[in-house]
Amino acid sequence: MILLSVAWHSLLSRKKTAILTLISLTISIVVLLSIEHIRLQAKESFNRTISGVDLIVGAPSGQLNLLLYSVFRMGSPANNIKYTSFTMLEKRQLVDWAIPISLGDSHRGFRVIGTNNSYFTYYRYGKKQSLQFEHGSKFSSLFDVVIGADVAKELNYNLGDEIIIAHGIGNTSFTKHEQTAFVVSGILASTGTPVDKSVHVSLGAIEAIHLPPSALKKWLTNPEKTPPVPKSITAVMLKLKSKLSTFGLQREINNYPTDRLMAVLPGVAMTELWSLMATVENLLRAIAVLVLISSLFGLTTMLLASMNERQTEIAVLRMLGASPVTLLLLILLEAVILVSLAIIMSIVVLTLALYSLEAWLAAEFGLFLSDDIFTMELMGLISMIFIATLIVPLLPGIAAYKHALHAQLSSH
Amino acid sequence: MSTLAINLQDMHHHYKDTPASYAGLSIAQWQVDITERVFLHGNSGSGKTTLLNLLCGILLPTSGSVSLFDHNISALSNSQRDLFRAKNIGVVSQKFNLIPYLSVLKNIQLAAYFAKNSRPDVNSDVQTLLNALQLPSNIIHRQVNQLSVGQQQRVAIARALINHPRLLLVDEPTSALDASAKNAFMDLLMQICDNTKITLIFVSHDASLLHHFDSNLDITTLSKAEETMSL
Repeated sequence: MILLSVAWHSLLSRKKTAILTLISLTISIVVLLSIEHIRLQAKESFNRTISGVDLIVGAPSGQLNLLLYSVFRMGSPANNIKYTSFTMLEKRQLVDWAIPISLGDSHRGFRVIGTNNSYFTYYRYGKKQSLQFEHGSKFSSLFDVVIGADVAKELNYNLGDEIIIAHGIGNTSFTKHEQTAFVVSGILASTGTPVDKSVHVSLGAIEAIHLPPSALKKWLTNPEKTPPVPKSITAVMLKLKSKLSTFGLQREINNYPTDRLMAVLPGVAMTELWSLMATVENLLRAIAVLVLISSLFGLTTMLLASMNERQTEIAVLRMLGASPVTLLLLILLEAVILVSLAIIMSIVVLTLALYSLEAWLAAEFGLFLSDDIFTMELMGLISMIFIATLIVPLLPGIAAYKHALHAQLSSH
Repeated sequence: MSTLAINLQDMHHHYKDTPASYAGLSIAQWQVDITERVFLHGNSGSGKTTLLNLLCGILLPTSGSVSLFDHNISALSNSQRDLFRAKNIGVVSQKFNLIPYLSVLKNIQLAAYFAKNSRPDVNSDVQTLLNALQLPSNIIHRQVNQLSVGQQQRVAIARALINHPRLLLVDEPTSALDASAKNAFMDLLMQICDNTKITLIFVSHDASLLHHFDSNLDITTLSKAEETMSL
């Protein structure tokens, strides 16, 4: 323990260089840990968005494109599919359940999803969790709206509030469907997926607000209004009774004669997404590792540079009976102290940063990051950093050892 | 058990990369009795410091042996020699005495640590020593580079004595001190030697200190003796 205290005081005596080294180490560890954390969390956050869906059906485009707009609500659908295709799929023997999705409108920056009540019954995310209502319930009349947790929180909506849906997906869309006010009928519990940022309305309502103004007025004044039947939707999520029939049905859908359809397997599309990201990911990791290596060399340089001024100190310790190995140990201890402090500081910095940026990242990028960074992967990374610190300062350590071997009392 | 503190036999030492002008150090025989106080002097470059390094086992003789208290320290393993030095030899030198960034207490504790001196009363020993050396006890937690040279010198003595060494090597301790501090230092040192059965090797240029010692040795004659014999 006294050696630890000697190492500590030795660092204190070189406060300026020690603090600079500490800062450089902390920055590089923060960079490394945050890149790794964001990478892992992004993957998890994406993977947990959808669960239990066997096929996603939409208009032919890339499978990635279909996945992005139907599940992540990113980008815009290339084309629509016929509503009758949905009813056809829903009625198939092989199909367990089908969820229709209609995109294209927004409400104050949040995407509006046209769907039906099977969405709330069947949609699964994370580990096969179903959607829960925090307040209210699913659609019971045409202009009912069910909003995600983030929408309710940010716009401060409560059950019974009236809202206006705008056409297009911008926040300041010019054509607002103002004749038809929607009423909040349900607020979903937070899921940590894009569902939290969605405004769900019924397919009939979507169709109604897109009627030409005169037709809409006529329809609104009609005392016995039956919900208009939608002509087209954007995508369908399918769950099959048996996974074995997935490929057969996929082939059949892709060759469907009366509508141009494309079916993708979410898992496969997800893998394609990650393989696209892999290059960027590896590049980021390589940069982070290089940053860490350079600051470990900074640490080594600092310790080596201190060797000259420490020759006398080493001679004194030798005279007191310290072995050369003890001196090597002292240098290693200094490195370990600095790196441990740097690791602790970077964990604190990272936790604070995640805690304060969590909401912003979720809102801007749809990244739902956990502020718990004590995952297996990160702990493994931290122990690797630690081992690297034990190896890199061996260089100054061996210098100390050699000095110690030749250290003598001298009178000059 | 002999009464010899130091026994050098046919000891020769030279550095690997010495200039040709320096012949190295050769001592055919040199013996110092326990509790003897030796005043060692010689011109600079004559090998005084080398001899001290040999005595505390930091340097090893090229040939021959160095025995301290009947232990041939040349024959010990490196770690045994380090431990022997820590336990038996106290060193006070002009410079390179204390670790500047550590407190007085830590400096002294470090000496006890390397000697594996784990007696629980090390701290009270430190207090006793500091009192005996007329150092105020409140300096114990001060960093040594905040002390005056004279105080540092006395802390160095305390550090050298903490493990109750049998041999005290003192290397030009007074050259940085003024006259009164020098006298005070010598009185203190002699008082310690009176109170403990310590053997003292005192290296100095200052002939005015000679009256404190039992024997006076010129390193040049010590080393030359061998040359004349071998010729």
